[in-house]
Amino acid sequence: MATQHSRSAARIMMAPAVILLLGWMLVPLSMTLYFSFKKFLPLRGGDLGWVGFENYVRFVTSSAFWPSVVTTLVIVGGVLLITVFLGVLLAILLNQPMWGQGIVRILVISPFFVMPTVSALVWKNMFMDPVNGLFAHLWKAFGATPVEWLSDVSMGSIIMIVSWQWLPFATLILLTAIQSLDREQLEAAEMDGAQPLQRFAFITVPHLSRAVTIVILIQTIFLLAIFAEIFVTTGGAFGTRTLTYLIYQRVLESQNVGLGSAGGVYAIILANIIAIFLMRIVGKNLDA
Amino acid sequence: MNIKVSTLLGACAAAALCTAATAETITIATVNNGDMIRMQGLTADFTEKTGHEVEWVTLEENVLRQRVTQDIAAKGGQFDIMTIGMYETPIWGKQGWLVALDDLPAEYDVDDILPAMRGGLSVDGTLYAAPFYGESSMVMYRTDLMEKAGLEMPEAPTWEFIAEAARKMTDKDGEIYGICLRGKAGWGENMAFLTTVANSFGARWFDEDWKPQFDSPEWNEALTFYLDLMDEAGPPGASTNGFNENLSLFQQGKCGMWIDATVAASFVTNPNDSTVADKVGFALAPDAGKGKRANWLWAWALGIPAGTQKVDAAKEFIQWATSKEYLALVAENEGWANVPPGTRTSLYENPEYQKIPFAKMTLDSINAADPTNPSVQPVPYVGIQFVAIPEFAGIGTMAGQEFSAALAGQQTAEEALEKAQALTADEMEAAGY
Amino acid sequence: MARAVNTQRKAINTAAAWTVALLIFFPILWTILTSFKTEAQAISDPPVFFAFDWTLENYGVVLERSNYSRFLWNSIIIAGGSTILGILIAVPAAWSMAFVPSKRTKDILLWMLSTKMLPAVGVLYPIYLLFIKLGLLDSRTGLVIVLMLMNLPIIVWMLYTYFKEIPGEILEAARMDGASLKEEIVHILTPMAIPGIASTLLLNFILAWNEAFWTLNLTAAKAAPLTAFIASYSSPEGLFYAKLSAASTMAIAPILVLGWFSQKQLVSGLTFGAVK
Repeated sequence: MATQHSRSAARIMMAPAVILLLGWMLVPLSMTLYFSFKKFLPLRGGDLGWVGFENYVRFVTSSAFWPSVVTTLVIVGGVLLITVFLGVLLAILLNQPMWGQGIVRILVISPFFVMPTVSALVWKNMFMDPVNGLFAHLWKAFGATPVEWLSDVSMGSIIMIVSWQWLPFATLILLTAIQSLDREQLEAAEMDGAQPLQRFAFITVPHLSRAVTIVILIQTIFLLAIFAEIFVTTGGAFGTRTLTYLIYQRVLESQNVGLGSAGGVYAIILANIIAIFLMRIVGKNLDA
Repeated sequence: MNIKVSTLLGACAAAALCTAATAETITIATVNNGDMIRMQGLTADFTEKTGHEVEWVTLEENVLRQRVTQDIAAKGGQFDIMTIGMYETPIWGKQGWLVALDDLPAEYDVDDILPAMRGGLSVDGTLYAAPFYGESSMVMYRTDLMEKAGLEMPEAPTWEFIAEAARKMTDKDGEIYGICLRGKAGWGENMAFLTTVANSFGARWFDEDWKPQFDSPEWNEALTFYLDLMDEAGPPGASTNGFNENLSLFQQGKCGMWIDATVAASFVTNPNDSTVADKVGFALAPDAGKGKRANWLWAWALGIPAGTQKVDAAKEFIQWATSKEYLALVAENEGWANVPPGTRTSLYENPEYQKIPFAKMTLDSINAADPTNPSVQPVPYVGIQFVAIPEFAGIGTMAGQEFSAALAGQQTAEEALEKAQALTADEMEAAGY
Repeated sequence: MARAVNTQRKAINTAAAWTVALLIFFPILWTILTSFKTEAQAISDPPVFFAFDWTLENYGVVLERSNYSRFLWNSIIIAGGSTILGILIAVPAAWSMAFVPSKRTKDILLWMLSTKMLPAVGVLYPIYLLFIKLGLLDSRTGLVIVLMLMNLPIIVWMLYTYFKEIPGEILEAARMDGASLKEEIVHILTPMAIPGIASTLLLNFILAWNEAFWTLNLTAAKAAPLTAFIASYSSPEGLFYAKLSAASTMAIAPILVLGWFSQKQLVSGLTFGAVK
C-alpha cells in the first residue's frame, strides 16, 4: 500500500520527532562526555584541565560504586516483582462482577496521581515515623515495639513506597488485557472441565504475558530514574544509595562535575544494557 | 502610584541608601525555618519603606542548599539574595561570587554585629553576608524530669554528667527518653553535632597535612560514647532524627535533654507549640575535661550573588532584614522571645531582651565558640562543626551516612570510622590535596 | 438457585475489592483527613479518624504563606503545554510509523524509548548551562520544552499503538476518493483515534504534572510549579503533620479530581499496545 510518495511524506512527518529526540540525546550526552574527561570543580575555579580516564577509574573504584549498582537493581527488581504480582491479582479481582466497580477503580488508581515528593513525605512522616507515625501507633496498640522503618528496613520501605505509586499503573494495563480476554474461550474451557486454576494457568497467564512485558518495560524506564523518594526519605543512607543518587552526590553535594559526569556515562551504559535486554523481549512480543 | 513614588523618595532621602529610585522586584531564596517564614510575613513593611517588591523562593534546607550552590557555581543568576550559612559564605566570598557588603551606611551600625558572627561571615575582614540569625549549641533540659531523677544540672556540665542524667531520666515505657540527639545523615545534621562531640573529646577532622583523622583513638572514643548513650537513653528511630524531628519530640515532652541549636530555645519555651514550655532549663554544651566544649557556631545569613542586576535593591533588603529596626518590628508583633537571635550586641544589652530566660546562655555559648581553634589539637582549617573547604558538604554527608548506619545498629563504630576514613581520603585525593 | 450463588459471589467480590481499594487509597484519605486537624490531633495516639474538630486553619496558614494560585497556574501551563506540544509533534510521527512501516520502524520506536533512560542527574549540569545560555532558566517555555522531550517517546509509543489498530482499508478507501494526506489525518484518522489521543493526553499530563526533578532544578520563582510549592513544606520547625497534609492535599487535589473525572478515558486507552 505504501507508495513512493507516501514513503517520503512519512519520512518528513517523522523528522521533527526524530530530530528533536536526537538533539535531546546528543547535546547533553556529548557535554557529559566532555566534562567526564575533565577535572571540573565549579567551587575550585571550574575547568582545571583534561585528566583522561581518571574520573572513570575513580568512580568505578570508589567503595560506593558496586553497592549502588546492586541497590538500583534490587529496587527496580523488587518494585517490578511486587507491582506485577499484586497487579495481576488486583486486575483479576477488579474484573469480577461487583457493586460500585467505578468507585473501586477510582480508589485503586488514585496513588498514580500523587507526586513522588508528596507520597514520600506522607509515607515517611505520617506512616513510617517510629514515634508519631500511624504504623507506630498500630504496632503499639498490639503491644509490639514500633519498627524503625527507614533505618532498619530502609530498602523494604522504599520499595513499598514506590510500589504503592506504580501498582495502579500495572493494575490498569493488566486489567485492560484481562477484559479483552475472550470470554467464549474461557467458557469453552470451563465446559471441558478445566479447573479455575488450570484456566488461569493455561489461558489467562499466556494472554497476559504481553501486557506484563509492557508493564515491565515502561516501569523500568521510570524506576531507573527514581530520585525524590530516596532524597526525601533516607537521603541515600542505610544502603539506599542508587546509582542515580550516587551521581547526584558527586555532582551536587561534592560539586565534582567531572567525576559525576563519568558516573553519568556509567549510568547510561547500565540503562542501555537493561534497555537492550528489555527491547529484545518487547521487540519479540511486538511482532507476535 | 504617585503616593508610592513619593513615599519611596521619602524613604530614600531618610535612609540615604537608594541610588536608583525605580521600584524593583527581587528574588530571594530562603530556608523554611520559622524565623524566615516570619520575615516573609513582614515583607509588606519592606515594600512600604522602599517600594521594592519581593519574590520568595522558600525551600526545605537540603533542597535550598542544592539549588543555590548549583545556581552560584554555574552562574545561573536566578536569585538576587541567597540565604546561606557560615560554611558557604567564606568559600564563595573568596571566589568572588558574592557582592562585598563593605559600604553599609552608618545607621546600619555594622560594628553592632556580634564579633563571632561577623568574623565567620567575612573573608580578610570584608563582610560578604549579613547574619539574619546566629546560633551556637547548648543543652536544653526538662527541669521537672531532672528533679525527679534527683539531679541538678550544673551551668557547665560534663559529658559524664549528661550520660548519667540521661540514663536516670529515661523511662522507655512512659515514652520518656533521657536524651535526644541528631542522628539523621547530613553534614549539617548529624555531622554538625558529632563533630562538636569529637572536638570536645580532643579529635579533629584533619591533621596539619590534611590527612583525615577518623582512625584516631579520640574519634573512636567520641563515636562510641555517642552510640552507647543513644542506645541506652535515646528515642527509637534516632538515626533518622534531625533538628526538626528532635524539636518536635522535645515539644511533645518525650525528651529529657536535647543538645542542639540555641535558636530552638524560643520554640521549646513557646506555649503555643510546646507542651513543656514552662519546664525547660538551659546549660552550656558539655565537655570532656579537655578544654573544649561541644558547642558550634552557625549563622544563617543573607548574601548577594555577584552578577545580579539588582544589587542596590538587594542591599536595601539586607539592611532592612538584618537591622535593629527589624528586631524591634518582630518584637512589636510577636514579642521579644521571637526575634531572630544571636546577631547583634545591642539586642543582648536590651533590658527587655535580658528578661528572656535563654538570652544569656545563648550569648555565652556563642562567645565560647572559636572557629579558628575548634579542637584541642591544631587544625589546618576554619570551622567548628564543619570544615570550610568546598569538598566538605559531600564528604560530611557521606561520612554522616556511615555514622547514621552505625546508630541504626547496622555496623559497629569501628566499621563506620573505617569507611568514613576511606571515603574521606578518597574524596580529598580526588580534590587534589 | 444459580442467582443466589451469583449474588453471594458478587457480595464476596465486592467486599474483597472494597477492602483492597480502601487500603490502597488509605494514605491519601489519611492525608486529606489530617489536613483538617489541629497539629496536636494530627499526632494523637490513638489516632482519631473523624471525631475531631474539623478546622480550615492549616489551609489558611498555607495560603497566607504561599502564592498557591501562581504555582497551580504554572503547573497547568507547563503540564498542559508540554503535553499538547508533544502530541502535535508525535501525531505525524506515529502516523507514518503505523501506516508506512519500514524495516526500521521498530528500531526507531525502541530507540526513542531508550532516550528516556538517560539519567537526569547526570545531565543536569549541561542542561543547566544550556538554559543559562538560552535564557530559559525559570521560564515556563524552558520547562515546556524539557518536559515535552521527556515525554515525547511515551507519547509516540502510545499513539503508534492506537493508530496501528485502525484498519488500513479505511484509509485506502479515503485515498481512492481523492483525499489528501492532510485530509486523511484530520478528517479520518484523528476522529477515529480520539479515545487514544485523549488517553495519551491525560497520562502525559499526569506525568508532567508530577515531574519533580527538572521542575525543581530549573525554576526559581516565576515558573515554579506545585512540585516546588511542596518543597517548602517538607520539614518546618516543630509539629507540622497537619500543615504538611494541607499543602500535600492542595498539591495533588487538582490532578486527583481531573483523574477521577476522566478515569474512563484514561483507562480505556491505557494499553500501550498490550491488547491485541
